Order: sequence, then C-alpha cells, then structure tokens
Amino acid sequence: MNWTWFYRLGSPLWFYQTTTRWLPWLSLLAIVLLSTGLIWGLGFAPQDAKQGNSFRIIYLHVPTSFLALAGYFLMAAAGAIGLIWKMKLSYMIMKSAAPIGAALTFLALFTGAVWGKPTWGSYWVWDARITSMLILLFLYFGVLALQYAFHNEEAGNKASAVLALVGTVNIPIIYKSVDWWYTLHQPSTIKLTSAPSMHPDMFQPLLVMILGFYCFYVVALCLFTRVEILRRERKTTWVGELAARSSYEVESDKK
Amino acid sequence: MRSSASNGFCAYLRRDLRLSHRRLGEAASPLIFFIMVSTLVPLGITPDPASLALVASGIIWVLALLATMLSANDLFAGDYQDGSLEQLLISPQVLVMPVLGKVTAHWLVTGLPLTIVSPLLGLMLSLPEAGYLPMMASLALGTACLSLLGAVGAALTVSLQKGGMMLALVVMPLYMPVIIFGGATVQFGIDGLAWTGPLAILGAMLAAAIALCPLAIAGVLRLTSIN
Repeated sequence: MNWTWFYRLGSPLWFYQTTTRWLPWLSLLAIVLLSTGLIWGLGFAPQDAKQGNSFRIIYLHVPTSFLALAGYFLMAAAGAIGLIWKMKLSYMIMKSAAPIGAALTFLALFTGAVWGKPTWGSYWVWDARITSMLILLFLYFGVLALQYAFHNEEAGNKASAVLALVGTVNIPIIYKSVDWWYTLHQPSTIKLTSAPSMHPDMFQPLLVMILGFYCFYVVALCLFTRVEILRRERKTTWVGELAARSSYEVESDKK
Repeated sequence: MRSSASNGFCAYLRRDLRLSHRRLGEAASPLIFFIMVSTLVPLGITPDPASLALVASGIIWVLALLATMLSANDLFAGDYQDGSLEQLLISPQVLVMPVLGKVTAHWLVTGLPLTIVSPLLGLMLSLPEAGYLPMMASLALGTACLSLLGAVGAALTVSLQKGGMMLALVVMPLYMPVIIFGGATVQFGIDGLAWTGPLAILGAMLAAAIALCPLAIAGVLRLTSIN
C-alpha cells in the first residue's frame, strides 16, 4: 500500500502551503456562519417561556462547551500521533490546541456563570457538569504548563503528549465520579436537565452556531499552528525565502 | 526459582526502603506535615467539636493527598540526579517491575504510616466514631492510588529543575476521583450507610492504576529523562 500521502501530511511545509490556500475560504465560512447564527439566535429566535431573553447566551455557551471537550480529544490524538509516528507537525498542532482549548473551556465556564445568575440566582454552583468542566480546565493548564516548563522542546512535546493521553483515560472516570458525587451531595433545588427539549425555532440557530464555532476552531488552530511552524522551522530555507519575500513586499508597499 | 521480573521488583523495593531507612528525617517529613497541618484547621476554622466533626473526614483526606503529592516529587529526583535512573533505563530489565517496586516502597513509607496515624487525627478533629474504620480502609487503598498517580507526575517532571509545583499542577486533576470516593467512604460510614460500596470503587481504581500506571511511568521515563 502506498503511504506517501500519510507522510506528506506530516510535512510542515505542505501544511503551511495548503492552509495558505484554504484559510481565506474557511475564515469566510466561519464569519458567515457565526454572524448568521448570532443574528438569528439573538434577534429572531423566540423568547424562552420561563427564562425570557437570558436563555440566548446558550448560543455561545453550548458551542464553546462542545469544542472545549472536543478540543481536548483532538489535542490528545495529535499527541498520540506524534508519539507513534514521530511527526513534528502533530506536536505543533497539539501545542497549538492547548491554549485554544483552555480559552474555550474558560469561555464555557464564564458564559455558564453569566447564565447562572439570572436563572439560578448565583454565579457558581457545585453542579456535576460545571465541576467536570473546571477539572477539564485544570487538565488543560497542566498540559500547557508542562509544555512550557521544558527547555528541551522535544522532551516538552513528549511529556505533554503523554499527559494529554493520561488525561484522556481519566476524563470518563472524572466525569462519572463527579456525576456520582453530585447525586450524593446536591440538594434537589436546581435541575440542569429539567429544561424542556428545545423548539426547532431555537434549535436551528444553535446548530448554525455550533457549525460556525467548529469552523472558527479550525481557523484558530491553523493560525496558531502556522505561527508555531514558522517559529520551529525558522532555520530552514523555505522559511527564510518566505521571510525575504514578505519583507520585499513590505518594502515595495512603502514605495 | 524466581523470575527476573519479580527480582527487579524486590530489588528496587528493598533498595528504596533501605534508602528511606538511612534518611529517616526525610522519610518522616510527609507524616509530620500531615499531623502539623491538621493543627492549623481548628486554629483557622473553629475549635468547636460539632463543627469540626462535619469537616474532619474531608480535611484528613485533603491533607493525606497533599502529603502524598509533596513526597512524590522525590520518587525519581534523587535517582535522576545521581545517575542511577539512567543505569536503570539502559539495563536490559523490563522497566515496569522496578518502577512498581519503587512506587510500592513509596507507599510503604508515606501512605501506610499516614493510614496508621489517621485515627489520631480523627481524634483531634473529633471525627464521629463510626468514621474511623472506613477512614483507615479508604486511606489504605486511596493513598496507594495516589502514590501510583503521583509517580506518573513525578516521572513527567523529573528532568525539570523546579518540578515540585509542576507536579502539583499535573497530578491534581487526576487525584480528584480518588478524593471523591475516599471522602464518600468516610461520610457513608458516619451516616451509617453501607460504606463498602465506594470503598470497592476505590479498590477498582487501585487495580486499574496498578495495571496502567507503571506502564505509563516506564514509558515517560524513557521518553523524557534521556536527552
């Protein structure tokens, strides 16, 4: 079987050139989807019968929570590919996924807190899902901190890849134990799950927002990874040529 | 005749126990930490026995967790500095068994004494009587779990100069399921419920950790400590 396509995926140069071609289209798609979803969700979707307009933060809260978790698995998968096939590129993707994922997890917690104030009457509740999101944020912090703690880049890559994988094994355990802990301790005043299933008029903009956030995530990941590629490959000829060409363009722009 | 794998386990278990025996002061410090910090609790919260009884089980568990974590940092650090870790890595042994031996020694020196001393803390923090047996049982299983997970963190951070804080950041999220079920075992005992349920889950976690953690530790040591 011909595996060259697989190894070409591991080339930073190939990634850089391909994303240069695809990024404008992907960014356009993300902008269109996000603005459609936002205008539709915030302006035209019907009000919630009980929560009024405050429910509209769901259009940010749900997509960020989705991607916070998906981003962790993507990061761990990239780390695993790096460990198994020793691809430079997948380590760069892993490193780039960590800050984006941490930011999205923070946003999910933040929007949840903002939403919690009008509906539950408090910014923070020790609810099972909130607590597991907080632990997810700590897992991201661990990977980020470990990555930057090593002076040797190679060792930092491998260590944080293993940590991401250990975290992946632990996520279901953490989730189940927090869930169990919550049913043990939680007074029955607040129920997250008792909200009625969504009306299609509310759900359709949410779907658009989720798709939009996925596109945004890919764009952000590509941009972070491109910077990382340039930083790590700065001594190669193709980056040198790229830098020379862009500084030439800047010069000619000035004239 | 014993296989070479179990020889590796016994050799490293014996070696690490002898090392801690020679440096008793260092080996006893997690235990002293455990006892000393627990005196801060009545000073900081309240000396009222009724209020202390409410938080005693949780505080003992949190302190046991911190004591294990602080001592886990030294698990591989000394071996890394004097080069014996590298000798272990280049030896033809299966790395898993010596690693398990080292972790077992760590538990015998920290987790087991903590478990034995914990009734004293229970007394000082006026833990209800029904909580003592569940506390000791859950601490015995739970600290073994914490030693194994802490060893993964110690292996990850062994080549860092300031590994201690990093170790805490890395392993804290992994410790959370253990403290949930450890604390629950004691609480169930105090409330008069069947506390063997959460204890069994702690045991299951320990079984999984014994199977998986040494593999992860061995892999990490190979990956990160040889530059």
